Amino acid sequence: MNILLFGVTKDIIGSPSLSIPSTAFSRNDAPKTVGELREFLEKAYPELQNLASLAVAVNNSYAEDEKEINSFDEIALIPPVSGG
Amino acid sequence: MSEDGRFIRQTSLSQFGAEGQRKLAHGRVLVVGLGGLGLPVASYLNAMGLGTLGLVEQDLVELHNLQRQVLYTEKDIGKPKIEVALERLKAQNNQTDFIVFDRFLTKDNAIEIIRDFDIVVDATDNFPTRYLINDTCVILGKPFVYGALHGFEGHVSVFNHAHGPTYRCLFPTQPDSESIPNCDAHGVLGVLPGIIGTLQALETVKLLTGIGEVLSGRLLLYDGLTQATNSISFKADPKNKNQTKLKPSYNFVSCPSKDTITINELMSLLKTKPQIIDVRTEAEYQSHGLKEALNIPLQQLHDELKVIDFAKPVYLICQSGQRAKMAYQELKKTQPKAVLYTVLGGMANIPLHASTN
Repeated sequence: MNILLFGVTKDIIGSPSLSIPSTAFSRNDAPKTVGELREFLEKAYPELQNLASLAVAVNNSYAEDEKEINSFDEIALIPPVSGG
Repeated sequence: MSEDGRFIRQTSLSQFGAEGQRKLAHGRVLVVGLGGLGLPVASYLNAMGLGTLGLVEQDLVELHNLQRQVLYTEKDIGKPKIEVALERLKAQNNQTDFIVFDRFLTKDNAIEIIRDFDIVVDATDNFPTRYLINDTCVILGKPFVYGALHGFEGHVSVFNHAHGPTYRCLFPTQPDSESIPNCDAHGVLGVLPGIIGTLQALETVKLLTGIGEVLSGRLLLYDGLTQATNSISFKADPKNKNQTKLKPSYNFVSCPSKDTITINELMSLLKTKPQIIDVRTEAEYQSHGLKEALNIPLQQLHDELKVIDFAKPVYLICQSGQRAKMAYQELKKTQPKAVLYTVLGGMANIPLHASTN
């Protein structure tokens, strides 16, 4: 699963993208929805929990937590940014 | 000056034409913030023949603005941005009708200021103002052109255009000031606001003239390091479109520049024995001064440089902040590498009993 990182998520995770090999999950605990992916990432990177608004896009469309995902989807994490 | 042919290079574009020019000339656009994003927006809209250009800004030009705010020069340091910008923009195009607001946008003035414009350009650098602009535009039914930066990255969208989504449809909850860098605390490569601000100017022209496809319902993500762009589509959530009142609070926090600190911050530093220079007169210092401070009146500063240790941070304080700023400018000239801070508000903000020596 490939995850593109934007704004402060890039700084929190420390790279512009994150590739999670399917071997990272045992058979039944791979995230099946956006909400489950959020939980997985927040556990791995607790600082993400501090973001009041963190938009998730699946294949370049904004996605709600119920949206189902699979390992071929391209995910993007988009927090608001404030600089000007 | 003859106006014949002034805009010929754009009116000769068949999709734009005299009709596009006429629409621009009738357009009323408010640019909130005259920093890295706002200056290219204002400059291009003004150059292209916008009818009415509103400007909102209350900051002064500071040295560390110059790497990205390219309309300002070294001679402008310490002057109000709105005055400097107005003078330059008038010289660029004297036909524009300028309306200046020498203040920051607040919950109390936002409706009144935004009401008379067709389009708002959000060229600010903090979340409270961005959410305030969103909510005000939703209430008044106006589109706003959004641009924001993070490091080498820029985000652009047009919110609240017709039935299109709002800022809150993408980011429902305003972040608190701690979780995400605010107030430029995170650093911005000088050229980046030029790119993003110019894209905002383009979207504004498209909104006014109806050419092309407005970036509504899409968030453009631009990465300057890789020249990669991503476009994320998103939809309106009706509850965000039906807002009728501003929120009770937008949690405005003052955004001090990196070269200023507040009295409270200074007080919390006192146990670390900071190097504080009080640049008021000796009499002022004697009547109400910090015992931790060294008194060097502004007029003598130039002759007393040896007394200051420029290897350590220097905190400049005066009565209200003005003389500290002048001292800052003077010291920066001879000590460009020194770490200097001015204390916001100065001794006027310290109660007499709490601090006298």
